[in-house]
Formats: sequence, structure tokens, C-alpha cells
Amino acid sequence: MSRLKLSGISRSFGAIRALDGVSLELAPGEVMGLMGDNGAGKSTLVKIIAGNYRPTSGEIRVDDKLVEFNKPIDAQREGIEIVYQDLALCNHLTAASNVFLGREPTRRFGPVSIIDYDKMRTTSAQLFARLKSETRPRDVVRRMSGGQRQAVAIARTLLSHPKIVLLDEPTAAISVRQVAEVLDLIRNLRDQGISVILISHRMPDVFAVADTVAVLRRGELVTSKGASESSPEEVTGLITGAIEYA
Amino acid sequence: MSETLEQAIGQAQHRNWLSRMANLQVFWVFIAAVLACLALTFMTDAFATERNLFNVARNFAFVAIIAIGMTTVIASGGIDLSVGSVVVLSAMTISVLMEAGNPFWLSALLAIGVALLVGAINGVLIAYAGMPAFVATLGMLSAARSAAMVLSNNKMIWEFGPDHDILLWVGGGSTFGLPHPLYVLIALTIVMGFVYRWSRWGQYVFAIGSNEEAATLTGIAVKRIKVTIYMFSAFTAGMAGILMAGWLGSVTTNLGTAMELTVIAAAVIGGANLNGGEGTALGAVVGALLIEVIRNSLILLGISTFWQGMFIGTFIIVAVSFDRIRYART
Repeated sequence: MSRLKLSGISRSFGAIRALDGVSLELAPGEVMGLMGDNGAGKSTLVKIIAGNYRPTSGEIRVDDKLVEFNKPIDAQREGIEIVYQDLALCNHLTAASNVFLGREPTRRFGPVSIIDYDKMRTTSAQLFARLKSETRPRDVVRRMSGGQRQAVAIARTLLSHPKIVLLDEPTAAISVRQVAEVLDLIRNLRDQGISVILISHRMPDVFAVADTVAVLRRGELVTSKGASESSPEEVTGLITGAIEYA
Repeated sequence: MSETLEQAIGQAQHRNWLSRMANLQVFWVFIAAVLACLALTFMTDAFATERNLFNVARNFAFVAIIAIGMTTVIASGGIDLSVGSVVVLSAMTISVLMEAGNPFWLSALLAIGVALLVGAINGVLIAYAGMPAFVATLGMLSAARSAAMVLSNNKMIWEFGPDHDILLWVGGGSTFGLPHPLYVLIALTIVMGFVYRWSRWGQYVFAIGSNEEAATLTGIAVKRIKVTIYMFSAFTAGMAGILMAGWLGSVTTNLGTAMELTVIAAAVIGGANLNGGEGTALGAVVGALLIEVIRNSLILLGISTFWQGMFIGTFIIVAVSFDRIRYART
């Protein structure tokens, strides 16, 4: 069974062909490193998987079922969650409030319904524990490290029991120690059977966690294979075009 | 496991004594106001009299009521410059209607309705047409006062028809020794303190002010909520307008001129962050209280009221520097 299967995905913007016949398979609990130079089509592919764009042609299957995404919410209903590069967190709110933002549980007292902070704190503490992160529900995001912020953003996706989590450049612009923290978060997701697509420029990070690597160049998939069968050198060659296909 | 989970829920990291102290801006502003009151009590005979305290309580209530609306706007990352004009438009609406013989309640309801309409226009211009809040409400500052002038033909109104006494009682009267505007303020403070903390709407106000894009991405109806925020701000200004009409017993088109600046000052001194994401209802009240105590003390001490702006300006700058201290250690 494949968790996510893309067949022949193409997407054009006017005369520009951003993606050309991309076919990929992602197994349950698999971590895929998606790489490519700027403009290679990574973000277009991510946006198609997340339901922001519709492919011009091609099919998407989730758990072998044909799906069609018109809006991001359609992708979310199929269990696909995305963590954006800028994380989209509210700095002034607590970790718990950020995890539940837009989905706050409430309790009713007659005509008024109030936010159930206890439930928010308990659930988010459990999510952080699952991610083995030291983030605390009451902490204000503004004072957190880059790694803790990632934990909050990832915990938010866990709230809806996702099958696939897309991480857009999670290790860009954070310190080495925090990178290790984020990579651990990814391993924890994998251990829970969640498939991860890791979009990254940083070769060592990808090879540290990814089971498979996929490389896009000018809208075409030039490789998709096991990370152990590839190497950073080969991937660099594929990204730049020094190596045609592998 | 359950024990460590309990600990995780109960604790918070990143708190040192300095940030804790600075986080209590409301507390310090309150202390400043109390100290000023104590000093005045000893330095003058006139301050601690029932009459003067009554006046202070009533005068600051008008500013404080609007400052709660302003705090909501500021916490959402916006600004509302039109509140002073909404005050006069609301006061003029109720005056003109009552002078024409309409009952108080109907006229008050319509005055609030006009204020809400102004707020809705502000909100739509900002949220849907994408205008900067500063510009949209600056336009409304001019337009709403002009509307009040058109409405009244720029006359002073001091006769309010058959319900004349009701209006004067509502705005200028007192019950159990406390002026009525103060009751309105207390009720509004309690309700909004609760709403900020416990309602989804309150949470979203702060989320929008903190990171509007994030709020949008999580599916919050940001535009609709923004409209309601400006409507709420205009609502507080409209209420203050009605109360001020009753207190003064006459309404001119000068009412509420430059009031937006005092209101913004009160909100900022009380801890509202002009970058969005922070502010409390109690802070707005305490900020307004401090401004009124300063004003009152200058009069009682025989200092020229020309100094008033200097003091308020200093407090605004001190309040903003609190912000710098608070985040200096991150």
C-alpha cells in the first residue's frame, strides 16, 4: 500500500511548465527528502499536495484512493498537513493557544461558551510529550527557540491525526543544536507511522533522517530512490544538472 | 509519566523576575496613579473631597470607556482615529432626535446604531478594501464630524424634548454616590476582561494582532472579525457620546475634539502594544485614570494646564520603554 501516490503530475502557469509529469510514491511512516534548486518546482509540488493548486494533469492517490483537492481543507480532510517555512505562529500567544488556534475547544454555560484552557493545555502537553519536546503549553511563543517553535507548529498538525506531514525548510535559519531537535521531531513522527515529506536545501539534514530522496530539476523528477543508495554528492550533481538522471 | 505531564502543564519557562515585573505594567501604572492621589491628598485640601473625587471618577470614565474599545483595536494591530468624531456624531444624533420629541430609548438606540454603522464602514474599508487602518479612520475622523455638523446645522442643542430629564439623569446623575458613567465603565471592564480571556473572539483579536497571516492560515475569519472590532470601538465611542450629552446638558459640534489622542494615550499607558497582540481592559481603565489624576492634580496645584501634555507625553514614552525592557532579554 502506498500512503501517497502521485502519477504524472504536471502544472503549467501560462506558457511556463512548472512541473512536468512527476510521479512519486510515499509509504506509511516513510520520510522523503524533497530537494531541488530554487525554481525547480518544489513549492509548486508542495502546493499541489496541500491543495493550494490543482494540477494541470495527473492523479493524486491517498491510500490508493483517487482524490481531488480544490482547497487546502480538502487535503486536510485526507490527512495531509503542512508546516510552513515561516511557521505561521502567533508570537504573543502561548504554545497551547497556538496549537489550537482556530480550533479552540469550548465549554458551554447556558448562553455563553468559553474556551476550555484546561483541555488545550492537557492535550498540547500530551502532543509535546509524544514529540519528546520540552516545550511547555503555557510558554509564550515569542520567547521560544527555533526548535521549540517547530515543535509547536508540528504539534498543531498532530491535532488532526494526519497521515502525511509536509515540512517546508524546517531547519533553515536555526542553530545546530536546534537542528538536531527538529530532526528528532521528524523521527518521532515517522515512528508513529506518519509519512513525512521534508523539503530542504540542507543536504546533511536530509540524509540524517530521510528514507528516500527525490530531486526535482526544472519541473522534472530526476531521481527518487532510497537514501542509502544515493549520496550527497550524487544529489548535488542531480540538483545542478551535472548528473542527468539517477 | 502523568506526573511529568502535570509538571509540564503547570510550569512555564523563560520567566525571570525582570520580565515578571515589567509584565505588570498595569500594576505599576496603578501604583503611579495611587501615589499621585496620596500626594495630592496631603498637598491640597481640595483633592480628597467628595465633590472632587466624584468629578475625577466621572471625567475619567468617558475616556476609559472608549479606551477599552481602542485597546481592542490596538491589540488587533490596528488603530481607530475616528472615535472623537463618533462621540460627537452619536451625541448629536441622540440630541437632534430627542429635540424633535422622540423618546430617550429610541434615540439612544439609533445613536448607537449610527455609531455601529460608522464602525462597520471603518472595518469594511480596512478588512475588505485593504486600506491601512490609520488612513481609513483618519478619513472617518473628518467625515463623521462633518456629518454631525450637517445633522445639527452646527447649532448647539440644549433642549432634549419630553425625555430631557432622563438623558440628564443617565449621563449626569448618580446612584449610591457614584456617577452613572462609572457604572457603565465597570460593567464594560468586567465584560471585556472576560471576553478577552475566555471567548474565541477575544483570542482571535490577539491572534490577528500577533500574526494576521497565521490567523488567516488557520482558518479564522479574519476579515469578519476585523469589522466587528471596529464596530466595537465605535460602539464604545457612541455610548460615551450619549453619556457626555447627558452630563454636559448641551451638545456642540466641538464635543470630543482631539479625544482620540487622549484615548490612545490611555490605552498605550495601560499596556496596549501598538504593534498588536497585547492589551488588557483593566490597563485601559488604569491608563485613563492616571491621565485624569494628572490633569486634576495640575489644576488643584495651580500649575498651568499647559504642562498637562508634557506629563502625558512622558508617561506614553515611559510606557513604551517598558516594552523594550520586557523583551530585552530574549
